Amino acid sequence: MQPNDPAIRWAEEPKLGLAGKMYLPLFFQGLTTTARHLVSPKVTVSYPDQEPQIDNPLIYRGVHRLNKDEQGRVKCVACFLCATACPAHCIDIVGVESPWPDREKYPESFTIDELRCIYCGMCEEACPVDAIELTSLYNLTGRSREEMVFDKEKLLSVYDETKDKEPMRSLPIAAPRPE
Amino acid sequence: MATVIIDGQELEIGDDERLNGIQAARRLGIEIPHYCWHPGLSVVASCRMCLVESGTRDPENGKVSMIPKVVPACQTPARNNTVFVTNSEKVQHARAMVEEDLLIRHPVDCSICDKAGECYLQDYHFEYGQKDRRADIKPFNSRRRSLGPTITLFVDRCVMCSRCVRFTREVTGTDELMVINRGAHEEIDVFPGYPLENKLSGNVADLCPVGALGDKDFLYKQRVWFMKRHANVCSRCSTGCSIYTEENQDQVWRIKPRENQHVNQWWICDEGRYGWKHVHDPQRVTELQRREGDEYVNVEWSEAPELLDQQLRDAKNLAVVLSPFLTAEEAYLLAKYARTMHPEATIVLGHVPAVGKDEKFPNGFTIRAEKCPNRQGVEEIASRMNGGLVTWDDFLGRVEAGEFDVVWITGAYPDAWHDEATAEKFDSVALLIVQDLFPSPLWDRATWRLPSAAFAEREGSFVNHADRLQSFKWAIRPPASVMVEGRLYWRLLGEKGLYNARQVMLEMAGEFNYFAPAHREIPETGVDLKVTQLAQSV
Repeated sequence: MQPNDPAIRWAEEPKLGLAGKMYLPLFFQGLTTTARHLVSPKVTVSYPDQEPQIDNPLIYRGVHRLNKDEQGRVKCVACFLCATACPAHCIDIVGVESPWPDREKYPESFTIDELRCIYCGMCEEACPVDAIELTSLYNLTGRSREEMVFDKEKLLSVYDETKDKEPMRSLPIAAPRPE
Repeated sequence: MATVIIDGQELEIGDDERLNGIQAARRLGIEIPHYCWHPGLSVVASCRMCLVESGTRDPENGKVSMIPKVVPACQTPARNNTVFVTNSEKVQHARAMVEEDLLIRHPVDCSICDKAGECYLQDYHFEYGQKDRRADIKPFNSRRRSLGPTITLFVDRCVMCSRCVRFTREVTGTDELMVINRGAHEEIDVFPGYPLENKLSGNVADLCPVGALGDKDFLYKQRVWFMKRHANVCSRCSTGCSIYTEENQDQVWRIKPRENQHVNQWWICDEGRYGWKHVHDPQRVTELQRREGDEYVNVEWSEAPELLDQQLRDAKNLAVVLSPFLTAEEAYLLAKYARTMHPEATIVLGHVPAVGKDEKFPNGFTIRAEKCPNRQGVEEIASRMNGGLVTWDDFLGRVEAGEFDVVWITGAYPDAWHDEATAEKFDSVALLIVQDLFPSPLWDRATWRLPSAAFAEREGSFVNHADRLQSFKWAIRPPASVMVEGRLYWRLLGEKGLYNARQVMLEMAGEFNYFAPAHREIPETGVDLKVTQLAQSV
């Protein structure tokens, strides 16, 4: 596109008055904001001495968990859709034939690199069986990189830890085959 | 010249061409959806997905008269003045109804189906199906049973196109598969005690337009959209089938046939299909080593070419063995290197593995007894560069007589290829360079151990048994400490820049009459080198 293209509309900068030239109105405007915040209630907490309150754990995006079904088995069917949706490529699944008659496939291993994860929640949205969910656990720490790669057992234990506080968001959809 | 009218566009086809509606429409870029029709199999017109409107145009007055019903395009020949309408409301309605019918009994378990992503039922449903499903059926688990050592059948995913049944009847001639029951209860099955067990059985999984037939070797391993496919050439026999190597992050997951009417049509054998396991075998050698005293020490690739070059220059009587697993370019580069250094060097055609007899199937597909991809090409180079062919057996005799002090053996054999007794004949050789994929008796005797590249890691051309040259690029990168043969020879020759197989082929095309047809652009299906032989014999 050339500068003289007729599609370009050139706009002039508005002319400043005397007050504008002296910056006074904007100066007072800024000071007012500062003053307002001085007297308004505080929203920050002094973490880690003080634990923050999570308003709605159902929409918070913290550590992942792998949900279990009524029989205590991992709900995941190893469809790899979370790994496909993941923009950070932090999910690694090995799918094998399941030992149960009502399921075809299940994850032999399921690992999430929590350091690589960007906590976008796409895996949760992609999951067709609501097996992977993000919990409200936010204080995620570890002493090594390896420790932060969560395997299936660890992710299932996060479920056990959080299942009472945060119920699963939907009911199981896999229905038995109609005979 | 015959004229076919498709969706108002006129298509000229040859008088002796026998096309059906699907093929004719494809020439104009119009896709007619179909399940049961396959160009390599007979026409049954059973799936009804390719229904179109058809009619004829009166050549006298140009008046078109249509058949009142929709007809299957696969069974309607495209003759002179045939009219096809593929996008009318009637056709679209027919397609939507077929899709709905197929999905009434379908488990819709796409999320765990291995075919998802390359499934015709899925694609056609998005393209031609209805938005909503009128039947209130929940997704369920498909019943499955094993049909043979390579194939699992997912019964409820099947759309009864019968491609697999026709394949076993028409292509392999083994008739294992059949349709049992009637109507909505139809299923594919085998007779008890007669499983699907033939050397082309893997093809039925490729033929299956839906996820009903699963390849046990690939089942649950990868989702298809994770993999990239690379046009390649099978190295398991001298037929040299065109294949796709499908990989994800340098790990091969499966081999698929690539259509090539000159070589393998649409099929490959199970030997080739599952013959990639050696690429990722933990036994495979990946260290470059040199013997110092009784020990082997690792050598860096950065210094290896110079060290090798120095030692080879001192050779009194050099012999270079060209493996039939090398590409023609690589064989030529190594022979050229040896000959420029020692004009009297002996160039040998390496051991040509052969197992059993050629196996020919009723439709002409042949599995060759010669289990290497490039005997023809390497033999041509070895005999031309040497001025007469020296075979492996001739060579062994001469080695035993102590004729050579330096021998370079290229291997890259995926299977064991020699025994202890053969290797003992090389005891008189002062400097033995062995380049191979797996440890072997010769490997134990080598002064230099050069790890070799596997077929998917190479770049270049293979010449099959019928003198068809097919060029291909690499599909995966070799393990970190392996240098592909072509690159090493390129460096030994002191060529500038990166190894360029095409450039080498052009040089060869100028040098050898045999390779002259490779001078022009090589299509994906390869070029026939026999052309020049015929010209010379006239």
